[in-house]
Amino acid sequence: MPMDDSSNKAVLLADRISKSFGEVPVLFSVNFDVQAGEVHALIGENGAGKSTLMKILGGFHAPTSGNLIYDGEETVLPPNGQAEALGIVLIHQELNLAEQMTVEENIFLGRELSRNGFLDRKEMSQKVASWLQEVGMNISPNDRISELSIAEKQMVEIVKAMSRDARVLIMDEPTAVLTDAETELFFQQVEKLKKRGVAIIFVSHKLAEVNQIADRVTILRDGQWIATKPVDELSLDSMAQMMVGRELSNLYPPKNEADVDSDIVLQVQNLVAPNVNNVSFELRKGEILGFSGLVGSGRTALFEAICGLSSIEEGQVYLDGQPVQFKNVAEARDAGVTYLTKDRKGRGLLLEKTMRPNLTLMALPKFVKNFMMDTAAEEEALKRGIRRFDIRARDPKVKVGDMSGGNQQKLLLAKIMECDPRIVIIDEPTRGIDVGTKQQIYHFIAALAADGMSVVVISSEMPEIIGVCHRVAVMREGRITGVVTGNDNNETEIVRYAAGLKEARVHG
Amino acid sequence: MVDQTAAPEKQSKWPDIDFKTLGPAIALLILCVIGYLLNPAFLSEGNITNLLTRSAFIGIIAVGATFVITAGGIDLSVGSMAAVIAGLMIIIMNSAVDTLGTGVATVILGCGCSIILGIGAGWINGFLTTKGKIEAFIVTLGTMGIFRSLVTYFADGGTLSLNFDLRGTYRPVYYESVLGLPVPVWVFIFVAIAGWILLNRTAFGRFCTAIGSSEAVAKYSAIKVDRIKTYTYIIQGLCVALATIIYVPRLGSASGTTGVLWELEAIAAVIIGGTVLKGGYGRIGGTILGALILTTIGNILNFTDVISNYLNGTMQGLIIIVAVWLQRGSWGKNKKKTT
Repeated sequence: MPMDDSSNKAVLLADRISKSFGEVPVLFSVNFDVQAGEVHALIGENGAGKSTLMKILGGFHAPTSGNLIYDGEETVLPPNGQAEALGIVLIHQELNLAEQMTVEENIFLGRELSRNGFLDRKEMSQKVASWLQEVGMNISPNDRISELSIAEKQMVEIVKAMSRDARVLIMDEPTAVLTDAETELFFQQVEKLKKRGVAIIFVSHKLAEVNQIADRVTILRDGQWIATKPVDELSLDSMAQMMVGRELSNLYPPKNEADVDSDIVLQVQNLVAPNVNNVSFELRKGEILGFSGLVGSGRTALFEAICGLSSIEEGQVYLDGQPVQFKNVAEARDAGVTYLTKDRKGRGLLLEKTMRPNLTLMALPKFVKNFMMDTAAEEEALKRGIRRFDIRARDPKVKVGDMSGGNQQKLLLAKIMECDPRIVIIDEPTRGIDVGTKQQIYHFIAALAADGMSVVVISSEMPEIIGVCHRVAVMREGRITGVVTGNDNNETEIVRYAAGLKEARVHG
Repeated sequence: MVDQTAAPEKQSKWPDIDFKTLGPAIALLILCVIGYLLNPAFLSEGNITNLLTRSAFIGIIAVGATFVITAGGIDLSVGSMAAVIAGLMIIIMNSAVDTLGTGVATVILGCGCSIILGIGAGWINGFLTTKGKIEAFIVTLGTMGIFRSLVTYFADGGTLSLNFDLRGTYRPVYYESVLGLPVPVWVFIFVAIAGWILLNRTAFGRFCTAIGSSEAVAKYSAIKVDRIKTYTYIIQGLCVALATIIYVPRLGSASGTTGVLWELEAIAAVIIGGTVLKGGYGRIGGTILGALILTTIGNILNFTDVISNYLNGTMQGLIIIVAVWLQRGSWGKNKKKTT
């Protein structure tokens, strides 16, 4: 074990940790350690046990066996995040901020400064302002969290952790919802924290980022420790291979571009909607059209307007040449247009329910026979969906909220497909999903297009959008600034459009 | 039920499911045993019939409340709504005596008006919560006050009494039996079965559950959230109207104190039955048992001198708190096991 010599310097060390939930073992005797001033990346597929290990290190779960050693002493961490008092802070993927309170109030939550028994708002405000400035954030301490973007919320979480003098900072996929520019800024903060001697545990599915920011990498697979190595000894391919345990070739399926003269199924002309400014484009049968751009560039807003989730102010949408305007999602669905949200947990799935009601929810009218729910047909559909999209759940009675992100995403795909759509809009198809499942989802998307369905993929991940889409529209500030195809479908070209360095006149 | 895969998960979950579905039934059974031990007359045919009849009002209203609560709403106005509907029914029927006489026609007219009023009142609650975008708690708190004051106003601070001859015509609806069961019990059974089918076997029930679980998910899943939520309040209004129709012949009058605290009893019945107050999970069967439990407590206290009858509210309150506490316990246990 390479950690014998390093264990003296380790701030937090996990020694042969195992964990079972009920009778289901999740971690098998895993070793892990993190030193002051290093970034230790933890990678693995969904369900590999990363989250469980992280929660054990943060004190949210107690290990079934094995020890935690903090500062050289065997420790039992207090539960429910009280380990923060010891300097171990876990930043959850679902950020833990009070939405209706201000940035300042959140950062000082539970440790408010007071003078003579009253809150010392001035002092707190000044401190928060200086911290925000330090991380280069352009928000006010008095802004409400609910008004911030996800990226800004993320930074507030980090400022909060920094303000608590965290010695160990555990971050669960902090970059999953950040754009490239934001990620860059975020990494600068991580470097600063490193210099301060903070030990950072970084969980990510983005291997390129791991390569960039981490000092050491630990790979988990199926709850087993696979390897811990300095990052320069690993290539991206070898990381991926160790995660998956098999050769990962063909991450992206071959592209079978739609014929140039195939039918135009969806045509949008001069559409104006909230956050969308005069957008025109067309989508052909069997085509995979990508929508790239920065977060907030209007991609989601555009398709929410088309699908009846928000109102269209001006412009016209044509479906098979016929003008349409959907008043609600049901009308869009009945016309064969479905939108798959990027917010799996908030808008996609009923986390407290099992798979069956989730799967059939959107296409429920299809499962009604003589005014009654046809449970047998639903059961049939579930079997079909599980088979078609390779959904792996321990038990069909498991709550969807307890399933891994990858399986949730597959279930969401299956749910949309129950509506028998002709046009599918998939927003961030692989957010927070491991490489193996990503590959599967890319192949599903390609198969849908090959079947004659038209697919729109909205994604902030550049390689994905280039690897999957036949044509890519780039949006900026509510407008389409360019459409790239063929050889132009590359990262530089897309970035130039997205950043506003280049703009083409786009005709609908 | 699905039983193709046997996982360890399942075994650990079974006791919870059993407990949740059977809990209210066990509680009712225990109450009945206690009642019998205190006084064997508790299980006499007469008392059982009486108990069922008295449960019918709250039970019917609570079936409607189950839909509202399952879809994530709340309706505090049901007691006042019952009172104002009863008052208006009496006014309408009394004034129809001149033209329609004191026969069945007048009673049918009154019942018809009751149904229309119930649906209308429910629609107002639903419209204000969905289109007006005001919290259900506030809307129905408002309409509760309005309905209550209206009935007091119509009765001029006193009591509205049904025409004496009409009472004779209407009387059987509360006091007569069909096939050994009083009419209100039949109405209760009918409403319960219809409610159970609607919630558990139709797409509408699924929509209610989905909306109660997450309105955002429901909206993105092509569910017309506003419409479905309005329907739940209309169903609630309809149930109140039915309850009022069988309530009016009991006393033949309505006043400012008619139906006081019915909303709390109805909500209590729903919660005791295992429906989750924040929505997303509803059980009609549980609601029925909850209504029976509440009535049974009062009935037992009538039969015994051990506890004063004035402590009826205390006993009901304790049962509600204990029931919810037990449900929480099992929710918590469930979570720990699965995450």
